[in-house]
Amino acid sequence: MKRTSFWSWFWVAIGSLYFFLPLLSTFDFSLRAKKGVLTFIAYENVFKDPQFWSTIRFSLVIALFTVIFSILLVVPTVYWIRLRLPQLRMLVEFISMLSYVIPAIVLVFGLIRVFSGAPFHLTNSYFGTYVLLVAAYVVLTLPFVFRAIDTGMSAIDVRALTEAAQSLGAGRGTILFRVIFPNLRVAILSSVFLTLATVIGEYTMASFIVGIKAFGPYMSLIGQNKTYESSSITIISFTMTWALMMVIQVFNRDKTKRSSLSGVR
Amino acid sequence: MSNKNQLTTNTKMKRDALEVRPKNSFLSNWIGVTPFFIFTLFFIVLPSVSLVTRAFQDNAGNFTLRNFLDLFSPAILSSYWVSIRISFATALAGGLLGFLMAYAITVGKLPDGVRSGILTFSGVASNFAGVPLAFAFVATMGRTGMVTVLLKNVFHINIYNMGFNLYSFLGLSLTYTFFQFPLMILVITPALDGLKKEWKEAAENLGASQGMYLRKVLLPILMPSILGGMILLFGNSFGAYATAYSLTGGFINLITIMVGSQIKGDVLYNPGLGYALAVGMVIVMLIMMIFYYLLRRRSERWLRK
Repeated sequence: MKRTSFWSWFWVAIGSLYFFLPLLSTFDFSLRAKKGVLTFIAYENVFKDPQFWSTIRFSLVIALFTVIFSILLVVPTVYWIRLRLPQLRMLVEFISMLSYVIPAIVLVFGLIRVFSGAPFHLTNSYFGTYVLLVAAYVVLTLPFVFRAIDTGMSAIDVRALTEAAQSLGAGRGTILFRVIFPNLRVAILSSVFLTLATVIGEYTMASFIVGIKAFGPYMSLIGQNKTYESSSITIISFTMTWALMMVIQVFNRDKTKRSSLSGVR
Repeated sequence: MSNKNQLTTNTKMKRDALEVRPKNSFLSNWIGVTPFFIFTLFFIVLPSVSLVTRAFQDNAGNFTLRNFLDLFSPAILSSYWVSIRISFATALAGGLLGFLMAYAITVGKLPDGVRSGILTFSGVASNFAGVPLAFAFVATMGRTGMVTVLLKNVFHINIYNMGFNLYSFLGLSLTYTFFQFPLMILVITPALDGLKKEWKEAAENLGASQGMYLRKVLLPILMPSILGGMILLFGNSFGAYATAYSLTGGFINLITIMVGSQIKGDVLYNPGLGYALAVGMVIVMLIMMIFYYLLRRRSERWLRK
């Protein structure tokens, strides 16, 4: 028994080193903006940069629209499939998982080629590019949003709830928004925060569709121009990811099923 | 008697409110899923189909297989090969480390706090990729990175004199592994949790040693899940663009980097070849996913509750 325990601790130690050394190094480096002293000046510089706030705000707004749109798209679809069209379940699941098969860089390639030309011309206006980016992010987050909602929906008796609501005289909209949505709040909230964690610092799609307006491309620009700020912004970005994941943990505390597989690299 | 019978049939009919309503027409049945299909048609199917059809066209728009044949030129094959090797290496290394850690926190009976701590960190780390991850590794293993300097000053090992370079195959693999092994932990932990105590007891009753139990019972059961997890990791790094691009500034010959520069401007001087390049990536991913589904079906056989 003692031997097992030693190896368990050994591998956990190796993994923890792998996890913490880069963070520790980055944090250490971010404090060395002035020779000989430890200083938070690299953080101050980032927080003083108006572009930091404008890109964060932009990415948050895009993330917000992504979240709203994907929830409005996925929840009614999964609900309808459970209620009326169980034969479509496989097909919808397959389509939702497609963005695992199509790498982000390939998807953005196709999106730009299709929507920059006639008849869409989405890339000709700012608004058009925002629409395209939100759509791209909805596709990107579809696998785990679908999975989370589907798991959440399987835990409640959709049919009984629908019948109960109908017998009380509720229409379709009332059933969906006042019965189904509230019962799915854990699933919805965890997919919301996972989407935020995925989308806010996303680089691949943002850099091709909207460029420097988004937070991911902004971080990349900082990395090219500023040495110490690139470390402080890494710590800031890590802290945001961590905070979002902690929120998910709180929601999922009593659930054993986890669905935190996302797809942006 | 007949009255009672009527009542039961009546409640049976009314039990399902939807079936009491007049039969829905085809249209009203499908209306609920239409938005989903329209959306995915526009933003998944259309882009994919467009890439595929353009890959089969020459510059004049005529049908051709030339672009796919051109994929077999040395420059393009080598970038596929680098991508595949890096994905394979990090899937293997990340998969092993992830599996061993997951084993430690499930079968290895470490305290619950360690388990939940590691699962939380895995959730964070597997989502922490792209630009900031590249910066973190520059601060760690770059020329003036903390680990590089530590090794030089304390252990007198200068890894850069020994041929190490963060912007190389090895450096990129080390960086990718940071998000690979946490993903493996998340994927494999449920499978390890599903192991039944009875299997171990049965093996022990039949006189199996600890090693025999591992070799003859545990590994065969877990192998499909382990391989399936590794395939997921493979795809994860095969499609990675942001991390590689911000780490190397686009100077490493990965297939994603090549597709990226083809989007920015026709660097291959042949648009059709660029599309074939992208379609080739999807084909590699499709082959991997088919393996994944076959393996998952095998592993689910044992983990059924």
